Amino acid sequence: MLNLFNQFLWAFVDVKRVLNLPFDERTAWLIATVMLLLILASTAGKLLDGSSEQRLNTAIVRSFNQRIRSWWLMSAVLIAGLFIGEQGTVVLFGLIGFWALREFITMTPTRRSDHRTLFWVLVVFTPLQFFLVAIQGELFLIAIPIYASLFIPARIALANDAKRFLERSAKIQIGLLICVYALSFAPAILYLNLGSTTQSNVEIDAPAANEAVQKTPWSHVQDSDGHDINRNKGLLFFFVLITQLNDVLQYAWGKLLGKNIIAPRINTSRTWEGVIGGVATSALLGALFSWVTPFLFWQAAIMAIVISVMGFAGGMTMSAIKRDRGVKDYGTLVQGHAGILDRIDSLCFAAPVFYHLTKIFFTI
Amino acid sequence: MQLTSKLLVATAKIISGYTIRWVDCLPDTCQRIYFANHTSHLDALVLWASLPREIRELTRPVAAKDYWEKGWLRQHIAKTFNALLIDRNEVKVHQSPIDLMIREMKDCYSLIIFPEGRRNPAEEMIKFKSGLFYLAKKRPDLELVPVYLDNMSRVLPRGEILPVPLLSHITVGAPIWLEKGETKHEFLDRARTAIINLKDC
Repeated sequence: MLNLFNQFLWAFVDVKRVLNLPFDERTAWLIATVMLLLILASTAGKLLDGSSEQRLNTAIVRSFNQRIRSWWLMSAVLIAGLFIGEQGTVVLFGLIGFWALREFITMTPTRRSDHRTLFWVLVVFTPLQFFLVAIQGELFLIAIPIYASLFIPARIALANDAKRFLERSAKIQIGLLICVYALSFAPAILYLNLGSTTQSNVEIDAPAANEAVQKTPWSHVQDSDGHDINRNKGLLFFFVLITQLNDVLQYAWGKLLGKNIIAPRINTSRTWEGVIGGVATSALLGALFSWVTPFLFWQAAIMAIVISVMGFAGGMTMSAIKRDRGVKDYGTLVQGHAGILDRIDSLCFAAPVFYHLTKIFFTI
Repeated sequence: MQLTSKLLVATAKIISGYTIRWVDCLPDTCQRIYFANHTSHLDALVLWASLPREIRELTRPVAAKDYWEKGWLRQHIAKTFNALLIDRNEVKVHQSPIDLMIREMKDCYSLIIFPEGRRNPAEEMIKFKSGLFYLAKKRPDLELVPVYLDNMSRVLPRGEILPVPLLSHITVGAPIWLEKGETKHEFLDRARTAIINLKDC
């Protein structure tokens, strides 16, 4: 039986060789799983949409379907990234960040004298940040929090308009920080040096030595420094998958059991039940998907909890900004726009923490 | 020509991130006058680019000759979007801009005009010039379609060269016609209100 399974896997490897897929089998399996989940979720959403049951609120179903759609989008971005390589993925994230910042600034009133500062922020700092990520230096960690943050108020001061100076500086700084800087940690995961084998694999495979590693379908492609990029792709996929699933789960749990609203003046749909349910199920799913990461299953569960909590923090922060501006969704602000910022808020908040935890505990 | 035109539409889309919404009015190739608020040099380009292709090909923005004839690039762009250039400095009696517009419209073209007459940075629209009234009087068959351009003043405000690629929005409203016995003042006021009403819908 096991032999048969092994042969099946080998057949898969051959398919991969013929098609010359740029990623390993684990990632392929992950994609297949995600696609299956997505198709299931979409079908469920379609069925819910079509059902005539009175207790199902159409607004809730629409909201659920929106989350599924954004999940499709993110998966498409990541899968495209697998084919076009790391730099391509960085560019795709750069475009998402650019669009999010554009929505943020459109929503935030600025003064006429901020025009040139905004030009710098959108046209110079945003592409520069993702460029710095792609060239793999340390500079991307400090470019925005230090240099752009100092540049923005100085440039506004030069525009000779003192009215609400601090407020205007802060608005532009926070937009750049959340939409661009924080988000850029997601593609930066691709450049972490995770080594060539996982800790768990080292323990298991050590006696089997090189030969066994060579023969298993799970063996990895390595570059010259023994750095295995496929694992990074899997890890990024894991991160985005858990973030998106957590969004859907927190929402679903909140709708199913939600009673105690956390901060009604900020967001009326975020409840303690939703958050706790979301964190718990995310942890479970994190453990289930630990095989694509360098984490052991309990480590993956802890990572998923961190992602879940940070995602919640991101959602609340964005809600507060929206409430302050008197808009419900970034999407409805400018009619017909998808509202990317609504969908990536949790990603933005979770990315830096996930990046640093991985860097501290799992890189060589 | 086709290539530059496509390039121009793509550029307008990237720079202004426009979306267009047709409220009580559907895209149609019938002869129309689109009249809009004017806050930015990009207004004419963006409104023209946002129209569906078949309509775009039959729509000519009315623009200032002194601005669009300066330099090779501007001339080329004006030619690409088939702009109808009006001399603002030398208005002759027998060659009035209205007559020129009606002649150039032939029996197929629609026009885009900005009845405020110049770019207006203020929130409130300024009083309309009378051109719209005379157009309506001489060609009562034309549909006069109000258009509200939102956020364009932030994309490229007056006096700036470099645009900031924010998101803008275009709302197209229900057409109006000159009512029987309506005075110039009443009509222009009604036209202005038609655009203001689009702000909140």
